[in-house]
Amino acid sequence: MKKLDFRGLNLKALWLGLVRSDGGAGDRIVPPTGFTAQLTVFSAGAMAFLAVFALALALATGRLAERWSSELAESVTVRVSAPVAEQEARTQAAMQILQTTPGIGQPRLLPDEEVAHLLTPWFGPDMPVDALPVPALIDVPVTDSAFDAEGLRLRLEAEAPGSILDDHTQWRQPLVSAAKRLSALGIVSLLLIAAASAAMITLAAKAALAANGQVIRVLRLIGARDITIATAFVRRFTQRAAVGASVGTVCGMIAVALLPGMSAAGGFLTGLAFQGWGWLLPLLIPVIAAAVGFFATRWAALKMLGAVR
Amino acid sequence: MIEMRDVGFGYHGSAELLSNMTLSLQPGMLHFLTGPSGSGKTTLLRLCYADLLPTTGEMTAFGQDVRSLSRDGIAHLRRRVGVVHQDTQFLDHLPVAENVALPLTVSGQNVDMEALRDLLGWVQLGPQARAYPPSLSGGERQRAALARAVILSPDLVLADEPTGNLDWDMSMRLMQLLIELNKSGKTVLVATHDLNLIRATKAQVAARVLRISGGSLQLAGADL
Repeated sequence: MKKLDFRGLNLKALWLGLVRSDGGAGDRIVPPTGFTAQLTVFSAGAMAFLAVFALALALATGRLAERWSSELAESVTVRVSAPVAEQEARTQAAMQILQTTPGIGQPRLLPDEEVAHLLTPWFGPDMPVDALPVPALIDVPVTDSAFDAEGLRLRLEAEAPGSILDDHTQWRQPLVSAAKRLSALGIVSLLLIAAASAAMITLAAKAALAANGQVIRVLRLIGARDITIATAFVRRFTQRAAVGASVGTVCGMIAVALLPGMSAAGGFLTGLAFQGWGWLLPLLIPVIAAAVGFFATRWAALKMLGAVR
Repeated sequence: MIEMRDVGFGYHGSAELLSNMTLSLQPGMLHFLTGPSGSGKTTLLRLCYADLLPTTGEMTAFGQDVRSLSRDGIAHLRRRVGVVHQDTQFLDHLPVAENVALPLTVSGQNVDMEALRDLLGWVQLGPQARAYPPSLSGGERQRAALARAVILSPDLVLADEPTGNLDWDMSMRLMQLLIELNKSGKTVLVATHDLNLIRATKAQVAARVLRISGGSLQLAGADL
């Protein structure tokens, strides 16, 4: 197939055609197509609505993963289990080791009341915790990336038997991993929505171009350049995508804003709303939809015009 | 203007419809192209506005090899060649005046409303300026097509069986417009199988008659 000569499609001319209120000289050359136009606007709106939720999900899970990751890295716990007679000595030995370990702050031995409070969810408030062989717990803040958890674990094993270093990896890492995957799924969803929008607009544009084959032929015969014909179609579909996506985005943002506020009891599900500057991000959706409409229609127009001499 | 040397053309998979065609349109001259139906008159005209490309031979339009023209180059060529078809198509959603002004619109030129009114008056379509193409009669459509073909003041006007669907009076009315155009200095090429139309025209103005026969082109004799 002969390579299409489309160098004349300059973006400045197209932009002027898009923003001028009279639609540019060539706007009326394409007949109005009511039904196709409504379908395109509706589809763009629906896609934008879904995109807002996908974006909210991606951002919320991203925040969650970040929070859990940072908490994970901020502290470790040393648990000292020993016979009652040796508990105090081994705890002190562990404290001494911790005080000389680089990359950590001041270790804090949790008082008995605090330990009892931590155990309450499991044993209930009436259980006499004092009567149980509860291990001593030392909270250790990590202050430096130079902190070597594995090295500390070995030292504790050797010099304070019964002391176990818990860096929370075992239970938090799967959660962080799940949150990161959810965030990635949100981004994949956004990409799929953009691709589906492009496919939908391409189909609508191709239908419009095919329905106007005779118009295109007449225009070529009287000396219309490809840019003139393409711009008329590109302008229409870009506008429809932008208008539909704007309405869908506003509806989606209102729906997200109406979600319940974040609460500890609700956990992750109540933290889906955008936060701070995140509210600005959905405003990009109509812009991206317009860009998708522009390129999809341009591609379809290029193909169609190539078949008309 | 349009120069063909040993040009041949055949549609995909078919034998050559035109062969060894040599033609030079003389500037300012009225030309007729005649021949039986299916002889290749329309094909020859389509070659002239680069709707088809010759399969053999050499052809130039306004000094440019038509085979080397880009898509924009073809568009520019068509602004210098006004075409009237037997069944001219319009944009039915636009009124006659906008259809006639369409070549100006698509070439990015401003429409001079006074000149447009004069042009519509010349083809006697002033009252139909706001009408839509489907409501026009056959003769009105052909005159609108002629107005559209000349609005860019082309160097060459091609008319492909422009009177094919018209009665004699309407045919002569259209022919008078083409004669006036020629007298104003335009080169005109009219494809027709109507010998009476050619004779009636030659009685008024000098015309060169070309005949396609057996795929090649000859200058017709004085018997026409």
